[in-house]
Amino acid sequence: MSVGRSAATPFWLVGPGGLLFLGLIVLPLVLTVILSFHVYDHTTGIKNEFTLAHYAAVFSDDYYLGIFWRTLRLAALTTLICAVIGAPEAYILSRMRDPWRSVFLLVIIGPLLVSVVVRAFGWSMLLGSTGLVNQTLQALGFDSVRLLYTETAIVIALVHVMLPFMVIPVWTALQKLDPMVEAAAWSLGASHFTALRRVVLPQVSLGMLSGSLIVFGLSASAFAIPGLLGGRRLKMAATLVYDEYMHELNWPLGATIAIIVLAANLVIMLAYNRVIETRARKALG
Amino acid sequence: MSFLTLEKLSKIYGDFAAARDIDLSVAKGEFVSLLGPSGCGKTTTLQMIAGLVEPTTGTITLDGRDITRQTPNKRGLGIVFQSYALFPHMTVAQNVAFGLEMRKVAKAERDERVATMLGLVHLGGFAERYPRQLSGGQRQRVAIARALVIQPPVLLLDEPLSNLDAKLREEMQFELRRIQQRVGTTTIMVTHDQAEALSISDRVVVMEQGRMTQVDAPYRLYENPATPFISSFVGKMNRLDGAWRKGAMEIAGIALPAETSGLSEGQAIALSIRPEKIALKPAGQGRLDGTIANRFFLGGSWLFTVETAAGAILVSAPNDGEEPAREGTKVALDWALASQRIEPLAQGAAA
Repeated sequence: MSVGRSAATPFWLVGPGGLLFLGLIVLPLVLTVILSFHVYDHTTGIKNEFTLAHYAAVFSDDYYLGIFWRTLRLAALTTLICAVIGAPEAYILSRMRDPWRSVFLLVIIGPLLVSVVVRAFGWSMLLGSTGLVNQTLQALGFDSVRLLYTETAIVIALVHVMLPFMVIPVWTALQKLDPMVEAAAWSLGASHFTALRRVVLPQVSLGMLSGSLIVFGLSASAFAIPGLLGGRRLKMAATLVYDEYMHELNWPLGATIAIIVLAANLVIMLAYNRVIETRARKALG
Repeated sequence: MSFLTLEKLSKIYGDFAAARDIDLSVAKGEFVSLLGPSGCGKTTTLQMIAGLVEPTTGTITLDGRDITRQTPNKRGLGIVFQSYALFPHMTVAQNVAFGLEMRKVAKAERDERVATMLGLVHLGGFAERYPRQLSGGQRQRVAIARALVIQPPVLLLDEPLSNLDAKLREEMQFELRRIQQRVGTTTIMVTHDQAEALSISDRVVVMEQGRMTQVDAPYRLYENPATPFISSFVGKMNRLDGAWRKGAMEIAGIALPAETSGLSEGQAIALSIRPEKIALKPAGQGRLDGTIANRFFLGGSWLFTVETAAGAILVSAPNDGEEPAREGTKVALDWALASQRIEPLAQGAAA
């Protein structure tokens, strides 16, 4: 009777999106997984034989494990700093009056409009041995410090790039907050700090946790910033993959590392998400 | 005698006075309502008492102490917000216990007081629920319990019933009064609903454009409104404009007797009378003849609109079980002289 309400309708509707997802994400991933099992020979290149040697090599080599560990460490540190800076920033933003709020929101989101590469170059100019930071230090009578091509430089730039991804979810969470709950806490005898800690923070923690998820995921797979500010020696997972592909031309090994990074990221984020969801279900429904 | 005193309290934003020269003294245990349309300054006044808005001038004295500049967390007043402002991530019991926790009350005593308070608001079985799992009326009672458990000297209610549906609102009015009388807390309630203010307050403060215009017991406010605004805002009121001629009031050529004296010949005057003070009589047997234009059945009473030579007049008659006169019936309106009020209109305002 009812035409066009057939069982196939939902499939037609998700079809275009599904195709895009299949073609651009699933297919390349499957190919990468297959590639990671191929045998590679330095003289003849990729062979049509399969092996687990690349995985064994990566897991048994301190060089690779060290880079993975650094990636994890720097991504976690970036996430932590973003949370510590971003949450108060979002709170202050939500407390601003309108012309200023729009202006500062733009200031926070603005950097997203500039290419990451450009921003990384900007930082390399600031942090270089004759950059603005060192010039200032010297002018103040301090010794110059080596910042460029250190983990510090990578973290500074990553925090700068990732901050909007923390501020925006926290800000959204704050928007949903009844502005009177803080006043209610004060009226019950809580100081400003206690009201923030006991009443505001728990309600935006969900925003902070989802912000952390985004920041961690993007930081762990960041390429341009560690590439430009870490230099040739200080590698992170994504730059390592690039080197394997483009310099060593060992595509199967690069694919192996990429898959491992993906799997590790996936495991960490899923576990984290689980924590968030249980919390959310308990507290906010 | 006076427990909470507001003296010359004003809040000025730029050149706009949200509240001007509020003088009010509230006795211990009294239930006072601030009544007025939105933007009249009633909420600003409440927030100044709560400490959430800093007064521009004036003082607030509580039990002999000047609390004008004290921060809200030191005042210790109980506040029920319009949105209830419950902590969504805490259970009902945790919400209620929050104020006691801030006062460092020991766990055992805290639990006991929370349980007693939840019993008082009939929420004994809901202690472990989260606010989102409660209905509007239940949330409202949690908010009241949370404000009262700290045994505040003054309870402030900001439009506490406005988010509830009509039936629940009526129930909660009685509930609120019952709890307030049981606990004996001095209470100040802000509302724009005149029925709410009249039914549960000891005294009502009417506010207009940032000023207090009348402070009176509900029935006196209803019977003797100080300004035309109050007479139209509180309850329904018929107002007829006319002139004083030969010792009577003349409206549209009809002379209506009046007991008022001291008015000069030809002076513009207004007659006001409540709809329930007017009786419907057969045509020709009253003071004013007219035709029923509309009738509304309100359950307990009928509300008629009667077209007369002096204009449309509202008449309210109790429902005595019989069907009253229909639309189009010719009737006469009659009322006791004592129930009409005649005021001279200000010069210029009559034009």
